[in-house]
Amino acid sequence: MGTYAARRLLWLPFLLLIVTFVTFALLRVGPGDPVQVWLGQHQNDEVRARLRAQLGLDDPLVVQYVRYVEGVVTRLDFGESLRYRGRPVSELLSKRMLVSLQLNAAVVIITLGVGIPVGLFAGLKQGTGLDVVAVTIALVFQSLPVFITAPVLLLMFALKLDLLPASGWEGFFSPNIVMPALVMGVPGIAIVVRFVRASVLDVMAQDYIRTARAKGLAESTVQWRHILRNAMLPLWTIFGFTIAGLAGGTFIVEIYFGIPGVGLFAIESFFQRDYPVLLAIAVITTALFVLANLIIDVTYSLLDPRIRVGGGNVT
Amino acid sequence: MLPDRSGPPPHEHGHRQHTDDQLQGTDWSGNELGPSDREALDEGPSTGQSYLSLSMRRLMRKKVAVVCLSVIVLMYGGALLSPLITPYEYTAQDLSQSRAKPTLAHPFGSDRLGRDMLTRVIYGLRTTVIITVLSLLGGTLIMGVVLGLLSGYMGRWVDGLIMRTGEVTSSIPDIMLILIFVASLRPRFVGAVQAFEDATGIDWLLRLGIVDYAIISLGLSIFGWFGMARLVRGQVLQARESVYTEAALVAGSSTVRILRVHMLPNILSPLIVSISAGLGSVAGAELILSWIGIGVQPPVPSLGRMMFENGSIQVLRNEPHLIMFPIGTVTLLFLCFSILGDAVNDAFNPRAR
Repeated sequence: MGTYAARRLLWLPFLLLIVTFVTFALLRVGPGDPVQVWLGQHQNDEVRARLRAQLGLDDPLVVQYVRYVEGVVTRLDFGESLRYRGRPVSELLSKRMLVSLQLNAAVVIITLGVGIPVGLFAGLKQGTGLDVVAVTIALVFQSLPVFITAPVLLLMFALKLDLLPASGWEGFFSPNIVMPALVMGVPGIAIVVRFVRASVLDVMAQDYIRTARAKGLAESTVQWRHILRNAMLPLWTIFGFTIAGLAGGTFIVEIYFGIPGVGLFAIESFFQRDYPVLLAIAVITTALFVLANLIIDVTYSLLDPRIRVGGGNVT
Repeated sequence: MLPDRSGPPPHEHGHRQHTDDQLQGTDWSGNELGPSDREALDEGPSTGQSYLSLSMRRLMRKKVAVVCLSVIVLMYGGALLSPLITPYEYTAQDLSQSRAKPTLAHPFGSDRLGRDMLTRVIYGLRTTVIITVLSLLGGTLIMGVVLGLLSGYMGRWVDGLIMRTGEVTSSIPDIMLILIFVASLRPRFVGAVQAFEDATGIDWLLRLGIVDYAIISLGLSIFGWFGMARLVRGQVLQARESVYTEAALVAGSSTVRILRVHMLPNILSPLIVSISAGLGSVAGAELILSWIGIGVQPPVPSLGRMMFENGSIQVLRNEPHLIMFPIGTVTLLFLCFSILGDAVNDAFNPRAR
């Protein structure tokens, strides 16, 4: 167990080095010259040459790469943004990450808050019309990408029903967050519903449920204490999928609803050729992604002692 | 003599008995697990049918799946034949018809420049279809199967190299890197093709957007091969230990022959399952890329770009048909992908039931 986690953790730095190098190299061979973008209308060959030298853009690729990695590792310095002159990337990025974090937290709350009850309900009412309806709706929504649900939900909730504000960002505790979080949560809700339903059906077939009923426990006790708690365990694994899904959905949702998070920042920086920002985003999202999956794997085996990760003994 | 219509034909009668006696119940989507499931399995060995054709028959018995498959075939066919079946050119403008509501002449209405929406949706579908097929052929089929076979069969450092590379591509959020990949390499690619066109006098490569199709498919393939390769590798490792592979080796079969005759058939079913599941996700990635603006470039129509341009609240309020038709098309397609994917998984992967 410990060795498994340690092995995956040891692998992380290499993974990050590879990802940074590929991103780094791709951005350097890509079109557009950041200095040219920077100078805007005041193009001047002399100034451009001086700036390039100053930024180290004339050095060989490998030298630039090593310098970059050294800065990140020793000083957590991701360089300076080219678009926002002279401002460190880490400062710009942390503000955006806070926004994305809040949005993702809202997505998780909505996903679980809607998905678990509906899934439980469908599972307990298995075979009835309501079950079929819930499963069908879940199937439909699971297969729909974010850029389809976004306009449809916008049309429904903002234009027709006039319930929710259509766009903008005013922090976690404003109604503005509901719409984007709902849009991002829809595929996740559908997955959770189907998953919880299957899990409930699985648990309900176990002997201890029959025992609980046989010894005369109230149906609500059976449902809450025996079925619900055991059916919730596997839910933890699909957190991994949810996080993977969030990474893709963030771009679309943040652009569509004008939310100043990492996704929107990445696209803006991308079109402005702001290399340092893009690199930092690639490195940080990869690291978070891998770490999150590792944490989920490890904690899952702690939650459910029947699971053994990596084949070793639990110490 | 007139046939007796009062009872079912004799062979159908036989089916009934089968059902009543032996098999009852429904699977999750409400399809009856009909008698023929059992029958197909019973008949299998005696008539010498392959496992594949049995699975195919299991699939064809699900009505919903057949409907979905027909819809997909229809949409794919229509998309590929788009120059023949569309009523207008996708660039033909009629500014007097700008943002016109649906009429008989323009069943899906017209866009801001007065271009026929039906035509543009069909051509947009063609973009999605071409890129999906290229990516699945290149990424899943060719790269995935070849690398998986190599990895499993060669073992040692080849295996290590291929598997580690795959882990890198699958453990990072892909959209971001595909974006950087496509945007960085496209200009170089376009430059090379331009040089080629100048040298040979061919002038339709760039105009038809072939360069865009190729580079986007390449980007998607790089991030799409690993699942398949891992699966193939597992099957190969399993088959390598088996007695029949040993027998073939002893009989003097070449490596290529062993791979082709003894191992490839084993992976056909999982291959079909993973391709049917991949249809939706590859199409989704293509749509995301063109939505963001990195996909095929205008004037070649793409559904993603259409949904981005017409996604604003003003359009939703005033000309909802501009976005509802592309959305409806994509929704129908994705729904069919998803249902077909589940059905294929049920039919070809009996252990998963």
